[in-house]
Amino acid sequence: MDHLHRELAPITDAAWEAIEHDARARLTTYLASRKVVDFAGPHGWAHSATDLGRITPVPGPSEGVTAAQRRVLPLLELRTEFRVPRVELDDVDRGATDIDLAGLDEAVRQIAVAENSTVFHGHVAAGIRGITEHTSHEPVALGTDPERFPTAVAQAVDVLRQSGIGGPYGLALSPSVYSTIIETTEHGGYLLLDHLRTILGGPLVWAPGVDVGVVLSLRGGDFVLDSGQDIAIGYRDHDADLVRLYLEESFSFRVLEPDASVALRTEH
Amino acid sequence: MASEGLHEAAELLDASIIDHHRAVTSLCEELEAVDWYDQRVAATSDPELAEILAHNRDEEKEHAAMTLEWLRRRDPALDRNLRTYLFTTGPVTGIEAEVEAGSSGSSGGGGEPTGAERGPSLGIGSLKGVE
Repeated sequence: MDHLHRELAPITDAAWEAIEHDARARLTTYLASRKVVDFAGPHGWAHSATDLGRITPVPGPSEGVTAAQRRVLPLLELRTEFRVPRVELDDVDRGATDIDLAGLDEAVRQIAVAENSTVFHGHVAAGIRGITEHTSHEPVALGTDPERFPTAVAQAVDVLRQSGIGGPYGLALSPSVYSTIIETTEHGGYLLLDHLRTILGGPLVWAPGVDVGVVLSLRGGDFVLDSGQDIAIGYRDHDADLVRLYLEESFSFRVLEPDASVALRTEH
Repeated sequence: MASEGLHEAAELLDASIIDHHRAVTSLCEELEAVDWYDQRVAATSDPELAEILAHNRDEEKEHAAMTLEWLRRRDPALDRNLRTYLFTTGPVTGIEAEVEAGSSGSSGGGGEPTGAERGPSLGIGSLKGVE
């Protein structure tokens, strides 16, 4: 048995498969940050910190001896709990394929938004600086008029090129801005989505948890999500009606090249 | 024209697919050059020429490795497979059986955790390249 205690859950193999299948499919949609940053690991649940390769001088323990302490970035553990009705799990074994996993779906959304938000905007309490906090560039105003979006995105890409940051470039967008873009057709019937993709040379990513948008290089080596345990489902407890489970992961995030991203803002 | 090797109309393909095609084509060419050099090194009776050809052949290997790395960074499935099979020491087909059995085992080397240490994660990993 491991720390997830799945063996203690009153859940059959078929029901676990149904739960995991649903979680995997939704996570692939929601986990936007993993679509644009490097993913290192998973290194396992026992992995506690990311090596930074740097030291902090400290007083020597005795005369004539100098000392320095290695610096590390501790991993952040995220957990979201959810409940599954046991009657739904029983129906899986009867062959039902339309079981109600609303609790799981909300938990998936919550943990994905938390991961996205940490990567793009940081998490002060955990000492993690996000992409928009660690960029060396001033934000570019996207505005609210979709007709101006190509100009703003091209301006952001130009900032990256002028800094010597190569492409392809990607654009992570808040759901509301993303919706505006896919609903917009420019003069001549050209989809705004296609126009922006041409400017970037890379994808536009629907990114819940992102504030407005971020243009960043996808060349690799600039942003690293260091995974301890990748997202897994664990067991907490159960009663006659419900099984309580949780989604859990551990990770840290680092920006290695502050020049490789530009934040978009609605206003100047 | 991006390449005569495209199998679909270029206007139907976005820029990232065409760049991917360029890299795959280039990788094929580098490895083909390695094969040609191997044969020439073996066939020539001039030791000095053989040394030059072998030197040039090994530079093609460097080019191939650089291109493969470019592809790996953009292709999550390729990344997963390279991490599974490269720099291992056991029988290669044994690694596949181990992966399919759901265990990361010890063949990965490099101090990577065992399957038990990783826990039964959902296996999401990198999604780079997924839009």
